[in-house]
Amino acid sequence: MGTKMDFEFIKEYIPLYIEAAKLTVRIALIGILISIALGFLLSLIRYYKIPVLHRIAGGYIELSRNTPLLIQLFFLYFGLPRAGIILSSEACAIVGLTFLGSSYMAEAFRSGLEAVPDSQLESGLSLGLTRFQVVRYVLMPQAVTISIPAFAANVIFLIKETSVFSAVALADLMYTAKDLIGLYYETNEALFMLVAAYLIILLPISILFSFVERKVRYAGFGD
Amino acid sequence: MQDLGIKVLFQGRNFIRLLEGLWVTIGISLVAVAISIVLGIILGMIMSVKNPFIKAVTRLYREFVRVMPQLVLLFIVYFGVTKAFGIHLSGEIAAVIVFSLWGTAEMGDLVRGALASIPKHQYESGKAIGLTNLQIYIYIIIPQTVRRLVPLAINLVTRMIKTTSLIALIGVVEVVKVGQQIIEASRLTVPSAALWIYGVVFFLYFIVCYPISLLAAKLEKAWKS
Repeated sequence: MGTKMDFEFIKEYIPLYIEAAKLTVRIALIGILISIALGFLLSLIRYYKIPVLHRIAGGYIELSRNTPLLIQLFFLYFGLPRAGIILSSEACAIVGLTFLGSSYMAEAFRSGLEAVPDSQLESGLSLGLTRFQVVRYVLMPQAVTISIPAFAANVIFLIKETSVFSAVALADLMYTAKDLIGLYYETNEALFMLVAAYLIILLPISILFSFVERKVRYAGFGD
Repeated sequence: MQDLGIKVLFQGRNFIRLLEGLWVTIGISLVAVAISIVLGIILGMIMSVKNPFIKAVTRLYREFVRVMPQLVLLFIVYFGVTKAFGIHLSGEIAAVIVFSLWGTAEMGDLVRGALASIPKHQYESGKAIGLTNLQIYIYIIIPQTVRRLVPLAINLVTRMIKTTSLIALIGVVEVVKVGQQIIEASRLTVPSAALWIYGVVFFLYFIVCYPISLLAAKLEKAWKS
């Protein structure tokens, strides 16, 4: 009882947290990178309204955005093996994060693409740019700039979502903290290190993004 | 019997129990959302004050709550507070506290953003025609803010419902936990229960959240101009 910290305990278990943090960061990084790639592809499918694929992408995006990651993971980890598809915790975590993340990224990019007025594209064509040049030099720079705030919010959201991986037995930060609480009942210390670990991972990213957002805001012009 | 796994859903009261669990999820979300909206509006107005000390304190609160994963916050309240102060909180109470803290920060930020998006000349015009500060808020600022705010607040409801799935991990018996219980109970009779039950829970969440998302998108479009 009491709120005094046991620093010996903290010192002893810091390496465990560092290992767990590495795992959290690694999986988040892989998941987010795949999500960006797939999300970008999906946003193009939606933007250009490619027949059939457009509908499938829309259905997937709604399905993924309106269900919690925890259930997606449980389905992958506990449900699919019953249908003969067995994935490791790590594979589940990456597939789950990608399933969730791609739809969020797709929506962020799409809103950026749709925010570029048609007059911009038409002006480009009338200046004699090829279709590809219009996309490369007119559409993309503006769309990317506009979607940065939503993109940044998604990255932080996805890193935070990794905390549920402990539920499919992945030895991440959450899992480590839970384990230490269960084994030694050093609740304060375990939670303190957990909070510190997430702050160390997320605060710099959050600060970096708010800096970038302020920078790119200059790129916008008056409306 | 792979293809008959779905039958577990209709054994006894299983499906009713899942719906009851879903109701717990929705109930906790709604209570937390109600508290968040009230406190968030107050917080948002406080955050708009130009006092640097108040700004720093509210910003610290907002950043901390928004940067921490909700599951970490749940653990802090459910295990940490219980141990540090020697009081016992039920999982439901811990969940309502955490989701209200989180929702208030999110809502406060939305309110602050909506207030900041009102052009300055709206305030100045109000002053110029001789309205008091209170009148400016009631007749000019709040009606405009509400239109920007309502779709975002509705979205917060779906985020809240989705995040509530985490409380299964601190032992609250809601839809996910009920699902686990059903799977455990039918482990021997219906080995494929996990596939079906989690599939059903997945779609239950979708059925609840999708209409709410649609409503938010519709309102946002309708009120855009």
